[in-house]
Amino acid sequence: MAVMTYAGTDVDVDAEGFLTDASQWNEGVAAEIARAEGIGELTDRHWLVIGVMRREFEEKGAGPAVRALAKVSGVGIAELYQLFPKGPAKEAAKIAGIPKPRGCI
Amino acid sequence: MPKRIVVLGGGTGGTIAANRLRRSLAEEDVDVVVVDRDDDHVYQPGLLFVPFGMSTPSRLVRPRARQLLPGVRFVRSAVDAVDLQAGSVALDDGSTLGYDVLVVASGASLLPGETEGLTGGGWRRSVHTFYDLEGAAALAGAMARFDGGELVVNVADMPIKCPVAPLEFSFLADWWFRRRRVRDRVHLTFVTPLDGAFTKAVCNRELSGLLAAKGVDVVTEFNTGTVDADAGRLVSYDGREVPFDLAVVVPLHGGAPYVGRSPGLGDPLGFVPTDPVTLQARSHPDVFVIGDATDLAASKAGSVAHFEGEVVAHNVARHLQGRPLDAAFDGHANCFIESGFGKALLIDFNDEVEPVPGHFPGPVGLPLLRESRLNHLGKLAFEQLYWHVLLPGRSIPGVPSRMPRSGKLLAVAAAGGEAGRSGAGGR
Ligand SMILES: Cc1cc2nc3c(=O)[nH]c(=O)nc-3n(C[C@H](O)[C@H](O)[C@H](O)COP(=O)(O)OP(=O)(O)OC[C@H]3O[C@@H](n4cnc5c(N)ncnc54)[C@H](O)[C@@H]3O)c2cc1C
Repeated sequence: MAVMTYAGTDVDVDAEGFLTDASQWNEGVAAEIARAEGIGELTDRHWLVIGVMRREFEEKGAGPAVRALAKVSGVGIAELYQLFPKGPAKEAAKIAGIPKPRGCI
Repeated sequence: MPKRIVVLGGGTGGTIAANRLRRSLAEEDVDVVVVDRDDDHVYQPGLLFVPFGMSTPSRLVRPRARQLLPGVRFVRSAVDAVDLQAGSVALDDGSTLGYDVLVVASGASLLPGETEGLTGGGWRRSVHTFYDLEGAAALAGAMARFDGGELVVNVADMPIKCPVAPLEFSFLADWWFRRRRVRDRVHLTFVTPLDGAFTKAVCNRELSGLLAAKGVDVVTEFNTGTVDADAGRLVSYDGREVPFDLAVVVPLHGGAPYVGRSPGLGDPLGFVPTDPVTLQARSHPDVFVIGDATDLAASKAGSVAHFEGEVVAHNVARHLQGRPLDAAFDGHANCFIESGFGKALLIDFNDEVEPVPGHFPGPVGLPLLRESRLNHLGKLAFEQLYWHVLLPGRSIPGVPSRMPRSGKLLAVAAAGGEAGRSGAGGR
């Protein structure tokens, strides 16, 4: 656990930089994490996906994996990878201020 | 009027649930009806052996109705949709079945069409799967003809049934090509969306070590976007490529398609949101779920459906009596992992305890997380156990539904778990 400051807001993050308390998040935090991740300016498509991530987290307690994210957001998997090249589920979760999605076995 | 329990799906979980319910509830009080679209019950664990000529499709299939106890009614029709509000199921044959309790046991469906190129020109030629009967039979032919080049085993994405089966296929392929004395001409690669061979730390270390020892290369965090059979390569969504001459692909899985046509029942992938402890559906108290159809983190495995069977049968009976549900599932899974050369490993775990070394079900049992001939014999014996003990809905003597802790070296997980937590996990 560590504290990071994004856009003037202090947030608690885990070892990989995922927020541990989704309520500390705001849009300024998202924009700065995106820049730090090398994504640059967030477009409307990014915000659409970020909104879906947060809504899913609120409803289900966990962010969706890539396939479910594509189905719920209506943004195809290929485009999700263009928007979040390092892996949509992971990177979008980080920017949306929710925990890293768990893999399942 | 007797109450009616309708079970959707007459595979592993549906058969187990129906038989357990039939045994525990009197026929004058409760009708038990099982619906399935066909009458071919496949012993799916046997599919792994078909490509290597160690089993045949005809040996793996038995009539569904014959696995059900007398007093269970079998209806042969596909399910069209469930109406949760009305408490009824619409069938493809045009009829409607009302229920007091519904048990969803329709498993997982393979969705090869959802991966670009997978079912294109190379399908059943250079691109195969062993996850269904026709696929396993076709792959047997392709394996017999294959005598050199790149063989790739690929999991398109999680979740899949029996997550260790693709690893077992890789181990068996190494053994099989060695036996045919062409191993030096075959390059084996295991391509997975996960960040290791297995998600849990201690088991991942063991299985990764085995893959390395057998000369199987591993490519991780690979989400298959396209199967390009003409060029002979898998392409991931993030643009990486893996070349192949023969690709053995485990296709995407989803729930049964009718789940998506039943308002409120399923999640976006067609799995049914389920309480992990009571196995009641989150959508409606009259609905319970067993086996691969759930959205649970537990493995999609026959052993899991078996352990869930006791919980579902008990809680359905309690629900019919209007009493609180008091049977609890713990995520218990138990899998033999065939590793070639007449050996296998065994893992036994649940939602809390990852696979560790030791012995199962107690200190003098089968060795855990270690290759042994005994485990291979156990894997072969499972086929008879499946038809004669699991499906009738009996318990295996000495093997409790809740995961036994006795015999397990739990300290190994405590030591390895920490190191694993940072590296393992999600995508
Ligand atoms: C290659 C392979 C190897 C495996 N190895 C192992 C192993 O070693 N050990 C182990 O424990 N497990 C293993 N498994 C997993 C195991 O077979 C499954 O987890 C188990 O069969 C799940 O049971 P189920 O009842 O949920 O689904 P299933 O047994 O698949 O049954 C689902 C049923 O629902 C029916 N159905 C679906 N849709 C409809 C519809 N619309 N209308 C009517 N009926 C419908 C289907 O026809 C089917 O009969 C393996 C699986 C595969 C593919």
